[in-house]
Amino acid sequence: MYKEIKILRQHGIQYVKDLRRQPVSELFRGRPVISADITGKEIEIVSSLCPSGAIDDKSGAIDLGRCVFCRECEFCLREKIRFTNDYRIACSRREDLVISPGVDTPLRFDGNVVREEIRKIFRRSLKLRQVSAGGDNSCEMELNAAGNVNFDLGRHGVEFVASPRHADGIVITGPVSANMAEALRLTYEAVPDPKVIILAGTDAISGGMYAASPAIDRRFIEEHHIDLYVPGNPAHPLTFINGILDLLSIA
Amino acid sequence: MSELYRKISSNPFTISLDSIPVLDYAGFFDQTVLMMKDEAEHCAALYAVEMNGAPRLFCCLANDNDHCFRLYSTELPRERSTVPSLSKEIPQLHVFEREIHENYGVVFEGHPWLKPVRYPHDRADRTSVMDNYPFYSIEGEELHEVGVGPVHAGVIEPGHFRFICNGEKVLHLEIQLGYQHRAAEKLLSESRNGISRCVMCDNIVGDTAVGYALSYAQLIESLSGTLPATSLQIERCIALELERIAVHIGDTAALCADVAYQFGQVVCEALRTEIINTTQFWCGNRFGKGLVRPGGSNYIMNRKVVDKILQVLEDVGKRFAAISGRIYSLPSVLARFEDIGCVTRSQALDIGAVGMAARTCDVRRDIRWSHPFQYYGESSFEPLVFDTGDVLARGLLRAEEVRESTELIIELISAWNNLPAGNSGPDYNLSLSPDSFALSLVEGWRGEICHSAITDKSGNIIHYKIKDPSFHNWMALAIAVRQQEISDFPVCNKSFNLSYCGNDL
Repeated sequence: MYKEIKILRQHGIQYVKDLRRQPVSELFRGRPVISADITGKEIEIVSSLCPSGAIDDKSGAIDLGRCVFCRECEFCLREKIRFTNDYRIACSRREDLVISPGVDTPLRFDGNVVREEIRKIFRRSLKLRQVSAGGDNSCEMELNAAGNVNFDLGRHGVEFVASPRHADGIVITGPVSANMAEALRLTYEAVPDPKVIILAGTDAISGGMYAASPAIDRRFIEEHHIDLYVPGNPAHPLTFINGILDLLSIA
Repeated sequence: MSELYRKISSNPFTISLDSIPVLDYAGFFDQTVLMMKDEAEHCAALYAVEMNGAPRLFCCLANDNDHCFRLYSTELPRERSTVPSLSKEIPQLHVFEREIHENYGVVFEGHPWLKPVRYPHDRADRTSVMDNYPFYSIEGEELHEVGVGPVHAGVIEPGHFRFICNGEKVLHLEIQLGYQHRAAEKLLSESRNGISRCVMCDNIVGDTAVGYALSYAQLIESLSGTLPATSLQIERCIALELERIAVHIGDTAALCADVAYQFGQVVCEALRTEIINTTQFWCGNRFGKGLVRPGGSNYIMNRKVVDKILQVLEDVGKRFAAISGRIYSLPSVLARFEDIGCVTRSQALDIGAVGMAARTCDVRRDIRWSHPFQYYGESSFEPLVFDTGDVLARGLLRAEEVRESTELIIELISAWNNLPAGNSGPDYNLSLSPDSFALSLVEGWRGEICHSAITDKSGNIIHYKIKDPSFHNWMALAIAVRQQEISDFPVCNKSFNLSYCGNDL
């Protein structure tokens, strides 16, 4: 016991006090800012080098649902593109993930698109079942980290549970491999109504680097209403947590 | 007599396709059996490529003691040929033959276990589907089966485990994988874009992003005859060791969680956070995605990063030593780890275990030492070996490797300090040597990661092959749980922490 106390003292206070405003390192790759005066020629260059086709070849807008946050466009065009460390990039409407040139304001989470029953029923307790469907295990580890001693998402009544029967919704990671499509569908069906669907990580939102893979099957995603998109590669625990807090309108 | 194999002493290496001996299958068979009688020899790669309408088999053995590779090949007469199985003689080849069977329909006669590996989208037999996996079964009134997965209780990747139990005791475990298959090799083989391939390699096995990106980068550098600057080599080794430390500490947390020692779990989780946040401080990503690139780096190490690494390692090193000392002296924890999930030395050798799974069974197998890459050959690194093969050994090895990697990073940094800064950005357009075979091994935290590529006459990659250490080691888990209580499965599983996406690709 004495040894444990000694370790505890060494350990100090670990939990993140303010999950909304916790600073992260400067280099963290979050919301990008594209200069308003990016030229057509420059857009052409960066959109053709983007490995996941996230940059629109006409407008130059970056779609965070496709972006794998490799930052190669910034390295190529430092004066025009810059990734900020703003990690609050989760939202409930797919279009809101598209960042146009000249925009340098935080992503606005539009609460109006959230189904009313979500807030009414799940605001004080949201139990989630996680389905990894071709994920590379980085998003899965970040979701685990969201519940750890540092981020402690459990303080808001949000937890991952071991059965879909105990869950209020599912969190999908990975591009949805064809070999997991059926298991994903069955898991979703086993969750009692009403239920939410959250996509964590770029792979889940668009297929990411695997969007063109012949071994994925994204019909489930296309056929269902998605309640929350959490971009990132992987989605940072703070991105996920802030998205959940917005979804449930917890200040 | 012509050469029977090419002996190669460098890692990574590139050699021209013409210079690889092509044996007839009988010669290929005999030579493999003969060479693999040496227990220091294990299979780094054995895969088939369709060339001129028929599969050609490339085999590359790695020897722990003489530090060399032996590379040779054979041509099968056509697709769906029937040839004698090597697995009967050399059990560790079972999974390689299964993969070739699954991809090309080659039948290995006498193979004891010719079952699907991952159900790839372009498998030879389309009637073979996930739902009708041919599970082994035993008849008996006293026995029952337990099926777990593909979706597991925790937040982890999918896979299916089928146990045959007698009461609480596990008689047999069969592991069905393939749920994570995303055709990564095919996308890499077809991509003509250097940036895409790099980013793809960051996103195959996310918990080993640095290991994978490094295997790719050094393969491409070898194919293009590029020698990375010494300082860059050192930086890559540091990144790889940081990845190892982070995962080992995280796994220690998971082991504690599985035996309900919550104190150990939360302390280790917090320590892991410190390490991955250091990687994020360096490159903006907690898993090191984007940190390793061919020809240079986008995140050249600087004084600020070095100081941060040293400061965090000193602090975490001390705190981890305190908590791991506590964990491994608590009777309630030891009772759950000691003599649980044992793999013997001869079993490990038979199944060709690599990495941690080998080093906990008294097998001195570590690519950093046996086939040194990057700066490891110049460092003082020596592999750590435990001999009990149980969960405890796999836990203790992690604790010791955290300590060793910490010391190694400090040594690497002092070497780095004496070098001039001279690194540049990555080069995505390196021109690759035509008609060549290249292979690169990296000792990631799980074990050896093998990337291999074949180029055509214009120097384009036409075949890209990846082998995760888990490809060998899943069998170790299946063996470890035999005759164990089924309630010990979670802790056995966690003690290996094998990769699903790395197996399924």
